[in-house]
This record gives sequence, C-alpha cells and structure tokens, in this order.
Amino acid sequence: MELQNVTVIYGKNQALKNVSATFARGAVGLLGPNGAGKSTMLKSLLGFIKPAKGQMRVLGLDVAQRPLEIRARLGYMPESDGHIPGMNAVSFVAYCGQLAGLPEVDAMQRAHEVLYYVGLGEARYRNIETYSTGMKQRIKLAQALVHDPDLLFLDEPTNGMDPKGRDEMLELIRDLAHNKNVNLILSSHLLPDVEFTCDYVVVMDKGQVAAQGPIDELKGPAGRVFELRVKVMGGNLSAFIDVLEGAGMECHASDEDVMRVFVPAGATGGNGSDQQAIFKLAAEHRVQVRHLRPSVPTLEDVFAKAVGEE
Amino acid sequence: MPIHDQSYRRYGGGRAIPGRSWMVIARAGVISLIKKRIFLGILIFAWLPFIVRAVQIYITANYPQASMFAPTAKTFREVLEQQDFFVFVMTIYIGAGLIAADRRANALQIYLAKPLMRSEYIAGKAAVLAFFLLLVTWVPAMLLLLIQVMFSGNFEFVRNNLFLVPAITVASLLQVLLATFTMLALSSLSKSSRYVSILYTGIIFFTGAIYGVLWGITGSTSVSWVSPVTSSAQVIDVIFRLPPRYTTPWQVSLIVIVALITVSISVLERRVRGVEVVT
Repeated sequence: MELQNVTVIYGKNQALKNVSATFARGAVGLLGPNGAGKSTMLKSLLGFIKPAKGQMRVLGLDVAQRPLEIRARLGYMPESDGHIPGMNAVSFVAYCGQLAGLPEVDAMQRAHEVLYYVGLGEARYRNIETYSTGMKQRIKLAQALVHDPDLLFLDEPTNGMDPKGRDEMLELIRDLAHNKNVNLILSSHLLPDVEFTCDYVVVMDKGQVAAQGPIDELKGPAGRVFELRVKVMGGNLSAFIDVLEGAGMECHASDEDVMRVFVPAGATGGNGSDQQAIFKLAAEHRVQVRHLRPSVPTLEDVFAKAVGEE
Repeated sequence: MPIHDQSYRRYGGGRAIPGRSWMVIARAGVISLIKKRIFLGILIFAWLPFIVRAVQIYITANYPQASMFAPTAKTFREVLEQQDFFVFVMTIYIGAGLIAADRRANALQIYLAKPLMRSEYIAGKAAVLAFFLLLVTWVPAMLLLLIQVMFSGNFEFVRNNLFLVPAITVASLLQVLLATFTMLALSSLSKSSRYVSILYTGIIFFTGAIYGVLWGITGSTSVSWVSPVTSSAQVIDVIFRLPPRYTTPWQVSLIVIVALITVSISVLERRVRGVEVVT
C-alpha cells in the first residue's frame, strides 16, 4: 500500500498535507495524536474521501480507479460504533459477508466461525444494541473479518475497552497479523497497542508523516535510555537539560523533576560510563540524582522524537 | 487437539462479482418487514379493496341484473386511486427508517466499506419500498384484470381496453417512484424515522392545503401543480385516457413529478456517504 503526495482538505483545513508513505506487508501501526490525520488517511484509502491531489494504491490497485475490487479484499473496523439496526450478531456478520460477495450459506458459516474467534460465540444470538462497548468492538472486528480480507484497517480498536478486553483484543490482532497472515494497519494513539501488535510504524503528526519504518529500526540507533529524577540545588532544571543535551544526550522531561534521557551509543565510553557521565554532569552543576533507572528505547521515544515533543 | 478448530480460518470459497449487493440489501429489508406482524396487518388491510373489487367483478360477470356495475377502464383508475391511502401509510411505515435508521446506527460506513457503490445501496433501499408499494398498486390492479378475464370467460374486455396493461404499469410506477424517492431523500436527511414520518406527512398535507387555499382564492384548479398528490393524479388521469381533473396542463404536472424525483436523487447523492465531513 502506498500514498504519493496525497493532500486531503476539509474546507480550509488540510487534514493530510502532501503525504507520501509506503506500508510494508504484515502489521503496520499508524500512530499519532488525535487529529493527526490517521482516520482521514484510512477513509481516503477506502475511497470515502476524495483527496484534493495525489495518488493512492492499495493491494497494488489504484484507489480512484478500482475501489470496489480493493474493498472486496479489505476489511474495515471503524472507530465509531456501527451496526445494522434490528439484527442479532450472527445475522449482522453474515449479512456483511453477503454484502462482501460471499454466498448466503458460506456467509452464515463464516459468521459463526468469526464470532467464536473474536469471543462472541455465546452472545451471537443477542441483538447488537444490547452489547457492551467491548462487545461492540469485537463485533466490529468480526464484520471486518467475515469475508477473509487480505488487508484489515483497524481504527482505534481498543477504544472504550476494559484492561482485560483490551489485552484480548490486542492478542487477537497480533494473532491475525503474525499467525494468520492477514496484513493489517492499526490506527491508534496508544503507543503500547502499536508496539505490542505491529512490526512497522508510520508516525503521523499534524497531517504529515513524521517517521516511518520497522519499529526495531526506529528505536535505534543503539543507545541507552535512563529514567531520571533529580533535585536541582539553586539552579533551574532547564539549565541542566541544556547541559545534558550539550553533551550529546536527548532529554524528554515528563514531569517537573522526572525525565527520560537517551544516551546515543558512542556519546560516552560505554560499559557503565553512560551512568557515570550523567552523574558527573549532575555533580558539576550541583544537581542531585535521586533516582536513575536504566531502560530500553520504546516506541514512546520514537514517537516523542518524531513529533518533536518535549 | 481440538475436534473442531475454532480459531480464524482463511476462506477458500467463491465470491459474487461486485454489482449484486443491492439484491442482498433488498432481500434483507423485505424479509425483516415480513417478519413484523403489524406490517402484515397493514398489508392485509391494503388488499381489502381488491377483495371488494373482485366480488364486484364476479357479480357483474355472473348476474346480468348487476351489469351497471360492470368494470370499465375507469374502474382500474379508481382502484389505483383507492390505493393512494395505503401507498401513503406504507411509504411512511417502511420508508421513514430505511436510511434514517442506518444513519442513527452509523451503518453507512459499514455498508460502504464493502464492495458496493452508493448507488447500489440506494437501489437496495429503494427496492424494499418499491417492492411493497407495487404489491399494493400494480399487483392488485393486474390481478383484477386477470380475474375479469377469468370470470367473464373471454378476452373481450381486455381486447377492447388493451391500453390498460401499460396504463396500470406506468401509473403504478409513477406513484411508486415518486413516493419511494421522495421518502428516501427525506429519510437520508435525518437520524430519526419519527421526524422523517412527520416531515413526509407535513409535505403531503401542507402542499395539499396550499393548493386548497389557492383554489379557494383564485377559483381555478390551474395551480394543482403545487401538490405532488394532485400532480400525480393529473398525470395518471391522462395515462388512463380520462379527462384531466385539473386545468393545469398535464405536462406541467409531469415536470413537477420528474423534478421532485430528480431533486430527491440529488439529495441522496449528497447524503449517502461513508463519512460525514463537517467543515
């Protein structure tokens, strides 16, 4: 799937600004804060929104030329609740299968199978309007899966779910991507969701692609991350951050006295010298290090770096 | 090892070519309505005039004393006119929620993410309403024509009034298309089927009232074009080769009907979308 110089305009607002991106096979996370343009991108790829300029290809097919063929091979789990009124779960999912071109008998069989797979087997004869939020998320996944798509668009699939349900949903998504060979794009503003389920990530910010690539690669280059809590004696914290950054480190302050410090490989001597360098700089500038815990680079660091968050 | 694998399996069966999803929508809509007892009651009630007319045809065919009640071409026009009330009731009962309910449940994004065009969705929804409206207009009228042949034992009436077959068909289609598209357009404007029902009823009665007032002021029926009901009646009179009941040229009435259908299709084109963009 790829986008070339795609611009989407709502009135006077540019929701996507000249976006070019390539999505690898497998599980790709579409990451970004609310309003970054993630859902707009998915809706454009579905053909719901016509871009002002640019070209889009999905599964090797041009979105503008062959939208029906694309949608026949694509499953979409929308962000907002959606169902066909007056139907129970199995009728709804089977109906969606028929709409996607499955014969009636096959659609019904697949509906039962998929509902069991998403964990709604026991509730499949209940009217969808009586479902809880978590169940509604599952039924949306089921209707997206019933016709066995080659590509799945999941728009904020864990929204409104309790922690247990969220974990189960993420396990399902991970299973689909890694064991069932379903390519998927997971749009989310939740970093742990993307990190748990995806191998690749496209980071969106303010309608533009801020970063993209394999998550492991983006987490690099090699280096170490420390969670640091300090007490500044006399001076101010921003001065100390400037000192750390002057020494080639990257700081992301998350609280008044707490920060994440990324020490790139080679910035110090390695073999424990990273910590020593931080202690030394702190001592030189009369800063007490109250807490220092080594960590590993996470997608949060990639995201923060990509969107330029402090 | 489980006896039956309940995890996700890939599908290897056949798939229909795109373009037939409207039939899936239409079939589902028809079946869901037939399951409703209230609707079946309305449907049976709508067929009562047919039974009365069938008895009338039977009596006139078998008892010469009742020949003054023998059916004429005008009888079939009257049959369709009698059904106007049921067309109105069924249009509201079936049509008000056809798109409004989907909009309320955010179903449009589900539908349009599947391999079907917006025109297919509209065609499927229109087919549900049109099917039932034809069931209370075209079907009883054509059956009465058949019953007339059966009870009289000859084709003389049909031969003498051969235009009745296309007249019933065209007149029914005109009634049905007008009701279907105006109702679907209104249904696409709201998420509340109750509001749509009120709006449709209001339009029908309000335009009728305007015509009544204008007729009272001017004393002329030439302003009948203001109401879709009178416009439709005017054109259908002409289709049945009867003198038009209003002084409005029938072409003007026809233009009003065509314009209403065109505007309705234009509204549907704008309102039926996978995403609602608010700027």
